[in-house]
Amino acid sequence: MDGEELTEQETALYDRQIRVWGANAQRRLTKAHILVSGIKGTVAEFCKNIVLAGVGSVTLMDDRLVKEEALNANFLIPPDESAYSGKTVAETCCDSLKDFNPMVLVSAEKGDLSTFGTDFFEKFDVVVIGYGSRATKKSVNEKCRELSKRVAFYTVDCRDSCGEIFVDLQNYKYTKKKLEETVECELNFPSFQEAISVPWKLIPRRTAKLYFAMRVIEVFEENEGRKHGECSLLDLATVLEIKKKLCEANSVSESHIPNSLLERLITGNIEFPPACAIVGGILAQEVIKAVSGKGDPLKNFFFFDGQDGKGVIEDISNSLAS
Amino acid sequence: MATQQQQSAIKGAKVLMVGAGGIGCELLKTLALSGFEDIHIIDMDTIEVSNLNRQFLFRRSHVGQSKAKVARDAVLRFRPHINIKSYHANVKNPEFDVDFFKQFDVVLNGLDNLDARRHVNRLCLAAEVPLVESGTTGFLGQVTVHIKGKTECYECQTKPTPKTYPVCTITSTPTKFVHCIVWAKDLLFAKLFGDKNQDNDLNVRSNNSASSSKETEDVFERAEDEDIEQYARKIYDHVFGSNIEVALSNEETWKNRRRPRPIYSKEVLPESLTQQNGSIQNSSVTDGDATVSAMSSLGLKNPQELWGLTQNSLVFVEALKLFFAKRKKEIGHLTFDKDDQLAVEVVTAAANIRAESFGIPLHSLFEAKGIAGNIVHAVATTNAIVAGLIVIEAIKVLNKDADKFRMTYCLEHPSRKMLLMPIEPYEPNPSCYVCSETPLVLEINTQKSKLRDLVDKIVKAKLGMNLPLIMHGASLLYEVGDDLDDIMVANYNANLEKSLSELPSPIVNGSILTVEDLQQELSCKINVKHREEFDEEKEPEGMVLSGWTPSPATNGESASTSNNDDAVDVTEISTGSENASKKRRLTEIQPDDHKKEAENVDSGDDDIMEIENPMMVSKKKKRVA
Repeated sequence: MDGEELTEQETALYDRQIRVWGANAQRRLTKAHILVSGIKGTVAEFCKNIVLAGVGSVTLMDDRLVKEEALNANFLIPPDESAYSGKTVAETCCDSLKDFNPMVLVSAEKGDLSTFGTDFFEKFDVVVIGYGSRATKKSVNEKCRELSKRVAFYTVDCRDSCGEIFVDLQNYKYTKKKLEETVECELNFPSFQEAISVPWKLIPRRTAKLYFAMRVIEVFEENEGRKHGECSLLDLATVLEIKKKLCEANSVSESHIPNSLLERLITGNIEFPPACAIVGGILAQEVIKAVSGKGDPLKNFFFFDGQDGKGVIEDISNSLAS
Repeated sequence: MATQQQQSAIKGAKVLMVGAGGIGCELLKTLALSGFEDIHIIDMDTIEVSNLNRQFLFRRSHVGQSKAKVARDAVLRFRPHINIKSYHANVKNPEFDVDFFKQFDVVLNGLDNLDARRHVNRLCLAAEVPLVESGTTGFLGQVTVHIKGKTECYECQTKPTPKTYPVCTITSTPTKFVHCIVWAKDLLFAKLFGDKNQDNDLNVRSNNSASSSKETEDVFERAEDEDIEQYARKIYDHVFGSNIEVALSNEETWKNRRRPRPIYSKEVLPESLTQQNGSIQNSSVTDGDATVSAMSSLGLKNPQELWGLTQNSLVFVEALKLFFAKRKKEIGHLTFDKDDQLAVEVVTAAANIRAESFGIPLHSLFEAKGIAGNIVHAVATTNAIVAGLIVIEAIKVLNKDADKFRMTYCLEHPSRKMLLMPIEPYEPNPSCYVCSETPLVLEINTQKSKLRDLVDKIVKAKLGMNLPLIMHGASLLYEVGDDLDDIMVANYNANLEKSLSELPSPIVNGSILTVEDLQQELSCKINVKHREEFDEEKEPEGMVLSGWTPSPATNGESASTSNNDDAVDVTEISTGSENASKKRRLTEIQPDDHKKEAENVDSGDDDIMEIENPMMVSKKKKRVA
């Protein structure tokens, strides 16, 4: 890190959080550039959190035009039609976010993330894909991995009152406090493709059911060419068929994935704001950790279920195979 | 996920939020997004710059305005058609009585101090309104549900009292920087700028002559025409120089301790400073301006920089000079305030000079301010998560899903893979003096102690009563209220000065008192036991209340890091150990677990200890299981 000091203004504004993560981490944050796509409720929460934390810049991508239903869990969109009509979600959210912290550069970018080349991602330190398709997650993750610099890669998805976060920090070195000492640590993360390729029968049975359920829904949406969340109870039969096939292919029993959970995931298309706040909070915390290089990162999946209230970390990587 | 039934319960609910700060801003937003349409919010605070990094409903232009009101306006901008009512007021005000609380379906706390939490707990119990309580510090957080008769109340478990230190550690034998801070803040600062009539242990307790105490009194008194710099140097030499010499003369103290070094101003500072900085003459600040700063007049910019002895000495003298030159009117009635820059400078510099003297590592102003102001570490993310958890519990309360209530911990390091750990709530503690009718026992010298001691030290300080009333049998000994006539007030005031056994209805060994707070609708019985003697060091209050706190040792010392309730931003969590008999039924947490895990569950209390300790205000070491 270069020795640039935080300004007096920054020290005053960030006083309480510098007391949590230190001035060094704060300096790193102010230099971090973050790309965020898919701005629904959870991602809106995430953006609020990192803008408040004082990152260097946030680039928003979401070309959907603002419609009534986008307002549901996204407090970044004012309900005034004259303010958002003809604007994209990214543009509208950009205006609101700028206001939260004038020291952070917030901008909106147009285009389809999956068509962008590797060099586009080089500008960023962190890439977050919200509500992405399986193909987008895979391809962006691979592009980030091709770069010589390390780009921290995250996906986040919320359905009903459930949420999932995936983290790929590739080869990641960081420090943490152990008693009074600071110790150096190193972790190797699998890519999204590698993680989801781990055969299910190698995954401990106590692993969150949500992990498997989310994979089923992903395959369903890909097979049927649906956008995120474009499903209803009418699709249940198809979804259950996919579940059956996946369980068979992985030689695990179908009881691995409760049907009631799948039903919740395909019908709960209205976001549940408390779950968005919780998952968006955890995701922001992880991004702050990764940028500052301090503290154990979450490896490599996180699941929240509002029904039982648990927030669980699962490590699903090739190491399970060895 | 909300079902039709849930949605209609949410729509029809009237909720009270207490606190519009870190948790409050997040909570108000999440409530509004979740479909709540009738929200009342109380907060007495105004907005400060250091709030802006997490209280996202506020902007720089709002600094100085009411939090409750600005939060309301901000949320109405994205949810214009809901009803939000804001109160810029203290929740302890009498207008927020039991009837006020009764109108709500659920009360949600986002408070930052123990005192207000206890008050709201009592009102919720009296009004029989469910309470969802919360707290955060750094990456740690907690949400609990309190429902009268069903789950424990907020006061069923003893809350840790603020960390206190033995008086002699502070006055004569500091070994940690925090001891120097307590000395600088509670003793030196109070002596220099506070109420002169307050007791103060500043001077080293020495065995010799009483005459020295008279002399020292004079040191702090500044003569009308005394040069400010001369005065500042005199104070410097007295507290860092001669006081240390006097302490050193007591050989017994230093047998097994490192001897401190007396420091005099002439060793560290040039003869005269006036030439070097003309700040006082030149600066344009007006009297009483709270923005006066020794750092800026000395050209020091970075509060995170570590200053040496000379810089600290310069800051100390300059800050003292500024107080006398610019804020003279306030001298005599100042108390330390972490937002008062000049006060923080005096305390930092004095603590560092003392630390130097005792061979303790020095600290930056930023760090010293955190220790002196009991500043609670706070980040936006934890508040957002905790607010989400509060709303989830609030929805369960509205749906009367009692089986699903959870107490949830938000952890920094996962425990059994969990970052968010839900636990079944405790049952009410049958011997809780707040939510059950178990009497308290008070040991007191009924001949020597006055009614005033009982009111101040027990009824107000320990029982947290706001408008108390004390009865002995049918005789009313004391009460507070607006509607009392002059004769009654005079009577009560006369009673205050009487010893307990001389009261119109004498309180003696075996007496049973009824103590009530009409606003809180809390009533408790106290069994009085007469006792002649009390240990001055361990029981300095001269009375012991049991049934209230398990160990009298925790409230035994007079110097404290915190008289300031802001210290506690967390709902202190009960320690599992004292409740081994009523373990939480953790089995619910892992319904699909195998037997092997169930064994872990049984030893779960140890896990809980590990989690809980870091959430206490004092930095206790984690217990290694």
